[in-house]
Amino acid sequence: MTRDSTPDKQDAQDGTMLQKSVDRRHALKVLAGGLAAGVQAVSACAPLSAASDEEREIRVLAWQEYIKGNYRFMTEAERAETIARLERLAQLRRGEDVTIQTTGAQPGVVFGYAFNISKCKGFRRCVEACINENNLDRRADTQYIRIFEMEDGVINLDEADATFQHEVPAEGHFYMGTQCFQCADPPCVKVCPVKATWQEPDGITVVDYDWCIGCRYCIAACPYWARRFNWSAAEVPVEEVNPNQHYLGNRARKTGVVEKCTFCIHRTRQGRLPACAEACPTGARVFGNLLDPDSEIRWVLANKRVFRLKEDLKTEPRFWYFTD
Amino acid sequence: MHLKPFLLSAVNSATSGGRSYHLWMASLSLIILAGAYAYSVQLRYGLGVTGMNDHVSWGLYISNFTFLVGLAAAALMLVLPAYILEDVDFGRAVLMAEAVAVGALVMCLSFVVVDLGNPFGSWHLVPGIGYLNWPRSLLAWDVIVLNGYLVLNLAIPFYILYSHYAGRTPDKRKYLPWMYLAVMWAVSIHLVTAFLLAGLPARPFWNTALLGPRFLASAFTAGPAFMIVLLYFIRHATKYDIADRAFSKLALITTVAAQINLVMLVSELFYKFYSPTEHGINARYLFFGLGEHHALVPWIWTGIALNVLATITLMIHPLRRNPHWLMPACAVLFVGIWIEKGIGLVVPGFVPSPLGEIVEYTPTWVELGVTAGIWALGLFVLTVLVKVALPIELGDVRSPYLEARQPTPIVRPRSARAGHGKVRPVRTR
Repeated sequence: MTRDSTPDKQDAQDGTMLQKSVDRRHALKVLAGGLAAGVQAVSACAPLSAASDEEREIRVLAWQEYIKGNYRFMTEAERAETIARLERLAQLRRGEDVTIQTTGAQPGVVFGYAFNISKCKGFRRCVEACINENNLDRRADTQYIRIFEMEDGVINLDEADATFQHEVPAEGHFYMGTQCFQCADPPCVKVCPVKATWQEPDGITVVDYDWCIGCRYCIAACPYWARRFNWSAAEVPVEEVNPNQHYLGNRARKTGVVEKCTFCIHRTRQGRLPACAEACPTGARVFGNLLDPDSEIRWVLANKRVFRLKEDLKTEPRFWYFTD
Repeated sequence: MHLKPFLLSAVNSATSGGRSYHLWMASLSLIILAGAYAYSVQLRYGLGVTGMNDHVSWGLYISNFTFLVGLAAAALMLVLPAYILEDVDFGRAVLMAEAVAVGALVMCLSFVVVDLGNPFGSWHLVPGIGYLNWPRSLLAWDVIVLNGYLVLNLAIPFYILYSHYAGRTPDKRKYLPWMYLAVMWAVSIHLVTAFLLAGLPARPFWNTALLGPRFLASAFTAGPAFMIVLLYFIRHATKYDIADRAFSKLALITTVAAQINLVMLVSELFYKFYSPTEHGINARYLFFGLGEHHALVPWIWTGIALNVLATITLMIHPLRRNPHWLMPACAVLFVGIWIEKGIGLVVPGFVPSPLGEIVEYTPTWVELGVTAGIWALGLFVLTVLVKVALPIELGDVRSPYLEARQPTPIVRPRSARAGHGKVRPVRTR
């Protein structure tokens, strides 16, 4: 957790800053921040305050959100401000009490994933866990993970079925999961016209949902069909919302922007497993730090015959398949 | 000093006309309004109201965009001979070609904007307040070349028209360098748009070195074909005379380009089907269908049939020289290229998906409405530009400050060069 400013602290800071002589841009920001914090304080004391006040606050916050910059180039202070606004907006708009992290990449960490084809039985618990963990749109049934069912003998995605609806494991079949492979040389990042998507130092390719303009060039560029678009307003029942969120991860997405698997950035940067790896009942999923020689993923890479999908494209996925 | 009357007379030209002119503009306005309504639905509910989805993530909008970039670039085929090779016969057609380029660019930019999921975030593209990912993203290149080409195609005709309006001969030293730039720029807008698709190894259907040349060939087919029809109409509906030789030259360009386009199509088909590989599966879907999925098969074969039919017609000299054959052939060719290079190029890139899943695409009424609206907008812009340019070029409209002087009919940008042109009889009606 690196969220460094609670509303109280923010108030105090703004108070002292108003005493100083500050440049115009800063002054405007402080005033706007103070206004938001003030309204926040009032509505905290009187939860049943008039709806028009809340609407006004939403408008102010939404405008400040509209004119903010790209997360990647924000200062720490700017990040704290947008986090405060987003958390407040989640409360005002949907009555959700969420915490949005800005946890950065941990030093000495590059994440890698390995998938044991022998173990996966096609239960799709990982898909379910992913949907819940990442607040994926329930109405559009957005899924980051695809589980392909294939006939024994040959690995061929063209012949595979990712929409199977029957008891698993099916006789004479095996299963293979795909998701974002967090390529070391991601084609999706290169094509973005506004730098709204980039690779973090720990190898996770992320999207700033508020900077994305929704051109979908990255979707066309991804050889693994890993990216998803918010075609319509996402629907997640309030009681099912995962409040543990990350700015670059599972926070609420706007309509008309691209999203993708982030290896559960809000969990993995705090030393936990991604939800899919944790949910897998068969132990088919191995996740870890590629830079840690004692990690399980390194053991798999060193001792198993591994392969990756479409190696000829030279995108260097950090996602390997292996068999027992 | 002539600017205010110039603008006033431009408005006057654009708003006055016969019954059929007003009917035409009113119909276009109605279609634009209907398109605006469809777009308002899309703005409210998101792109979910279109037929696009996570599998087919670009559809009718980007298809029209790729086609219209070609139409915009086609102005090159007229500008090049008229201004640089000093071809007399094309002189009168050049301003019309530039009007077509502007109309097409307006459509291109509109199609890109309506395709954006977050159009209000467009300012993120502007360097300084946003971050334009140039030179890495080909889409950033496209933003630059399209807007640059629009500026060039507005500025050069404006200078020439304004000079004529003010009774001056346009100064070659002032506009010719820009003209050279515009010619190179026309090639660039097309190549950049082709590279935007060809640069994606994820999509083997587009990931071919032939895509750029194919884009150019199809543009120089559809563009001049459109110009032929437009100029023919102008010649008949107004007293603006366009030489027969201009038509025959344009028809020849169209014919050669259509032949090259077909040769490239055959190359593509040979490459994809003689030794079918995994990478040919999208082409298989497009031309023959995969199992029960064959939505585009009749579509693409219609396009190819129209192309072949029109090309053969144009290759027969007596038919090409006869307007009663030339005009329908050009119209058919235009539609054929639109099919082949619009939906026939964009959609199969997505079917099947990179993971082999097949989801087909059908546009919804919202997409059709917005598309019709944008086409009407482009034709509206084109009509206004032609309507403003014609009376100035005919010498009918001149700055009121010139009243003392005898208006001189200046029709050709190269008219300053003596001994090079020849006098053509002016048709009277």
